[in-house]
Amino acid sequence: MKIFKISLVVLIFVYLYLPMAVLVTNSFNKSKYGHEWKGFSTKWYEKLWDNDALMQAFSNSLTIAVLAATLATVLGTLIAQGLYRYRFPLKKLSSGMLFVLMLSPDIVLAITFLVIFIAIGIQLGFWSLLISHITFCLPFVVITVYAQLKDFDRNILEAAQDLGATEWQTFYKIMLPTLFPAILSGWLLSFTLSLDDVIISSFVTGPGFEILPVRVFSMVKVGVSPEVNALATILLAISLILVALITLILKRKRLA
Amino acid sequence: MPGLRTVNFRRVVILLTLGWLGIFVLLPHLLVVLTSILTPDADHLAVWPLTLDAYKRVFEPIYAEVFWHSITLSLTTTIICLLIGYPFAYYVARLKPVWRALLLFLMIIPFWTNSLIRTYAIKALLGKKGLFNEIIMGLGLSDAPLQLLYSDFAVIFGLVYILFPFMVLPLISSFDKLDNSLLEAGHDLGANAFMRFWHIVLPLTMPGVVAGCLIVFLPAMGMFYVADLLGGAKSLLLGNVIKNQFLVVRDWPFGSAFSVILIVLMALMLWIYFLSNRYVQRQGGLDDENL
Repeated sequence: MKIFKISLVVLIFVYLYLPMAVLVTNSFNKSKYGHEWKGFSTKWYEKLWDNDALMQAFSNSLTIAVLAATLATVLGTLIAQGLYRYRFPLKKLSSGMLFVLMLSPDIVLAITFLVIFIAIGIQLGFWSLLISHITFCLPFVVITVYAQLKDFDRNILEAAQDLGATEWQTFYKIMLPTLFPAILSGWLLSFTLSLDDVIISSFVTGPGFEILPVRVFSMVKVGVSPEVNALATILLAISLILVALITLILKRKRLA
Repeated sequence: MPGLRTVNFRRVVILLTLGWLGIFVLLPHLLVVLTSILTPDADHLAVWPLTLDAYKRVFEPIYAEVFWHSITLSLTTTIICLLIGYPFAYYVARLKPVWRALLLFLMIIPFWTNSLIRTYAIKALLGKKGLFNEIIMGLGLSDAPLQLLYSDFAVIFGLVYILFPFMVLPLISSFDKLDNSLLEAGHDLGANAFMRFWHIVLPLTMPGVVAGCLIVFLPAMGMFYVADLLGGAKSLLLGNVIKNQFLVVRDWPFGSAFSVILIVLMALMLWIYFLSNRYVQRQGGLDDENL
């Protein structure tokens, strides 16, 4: 029974990591077709560096990811505050919308975004990408921040009020420092989500502003291109670092 | 920020919440429902009058077939994820904290790694000259490379690969909530392992099962890039159909109708999720007043 358990766990991790291991190995392989090891080489990384279209898409993706994560974090933190501290009309509907946003399959969200951008006349490209990325990251920030708010001592808010603090002062002198770990991990989550999204981006993208997933999608559809292996390895490294950061932040928060 | 101080914080927060969620979440969803009952138009995408034609077309044989095929692929994916994920989550949840944290960490890395890139990685495994074929031929199981790519098998393999963590994470958290004393009580009362599983473990972890199935089954149908990269001409997912209607054929009402069906399916599964949650809380001794 124990052998069965261990082999199940091991097999699952082999399944999860084998394809990525093959990618990383191929990215350092001299051979173009990757099924044969022809020696170590970093030429695909050099080719990637020289591939202007791909690098441009990469930097566009980073721009969108940083902006979307930052704005989603600001907006999400404020929304979490609102849901925690205030009663207001349509509050239930608002949290319902966040719920819908989190659970809707990407394809459904993609269509809703496309439809609203066409309806209100926002040109597809930078702005449509930014707005939709902010929106699909929102619920993750709200949930992370709200989870930490729940442990917050409401008496502190009352004390601040009694001592004459304005709402803004309460927010940036008390709330922000307390919530900092949650806000930071919300930002990191949003950053990764934005960098990863394929489905929504391919609907709301325009010809003038190409981001990585859309570019990679059209590349890999045509055929195998070893630069993609190099790119994949870099992205893998980025997410590894980010996940490690999030884990550390959340762990420290729990210890504190 | 002197300017900000004069503005009421509360009002700003509430306005931002209602404004953003209203304009970019509620309104668009309503517009999609509206679009689905409009008439398709080449120049304006969708125009009056209202019609149910799009929904009728969903049930035309060609589309009904694609629709069912897509449901079959997603359902198979969900069942495979559940069958492997359930025992896996059970073992992981009962490990020592250090090991548990490590395995969870290893689980989350692929979860946060670009899924398009991971789909592409599978091509390197399943291709004619890929690792799998080399192993199969190396072992002498086949003389010629097998056609693994561009098939239903490849699509399911890819979907399970991408979505497995989505199944496991809610399962693990529902195993975490499982109260061990209930199992001990069952044991004391003479229930054997199967009875304890059937009457205690399974019902109490049902919310995790339903949540896992919900976030595997529906997204699976939408992942058009998995079918595009790994599936053949026949292994389409609903996502491919929707994407084509929107971006290629430009029949927006028809594409919207499909996505409304997805929304309805989601609502249905959420309803089941709430029912199972309520059932578990009632079994756990909470009364309805607390819900």
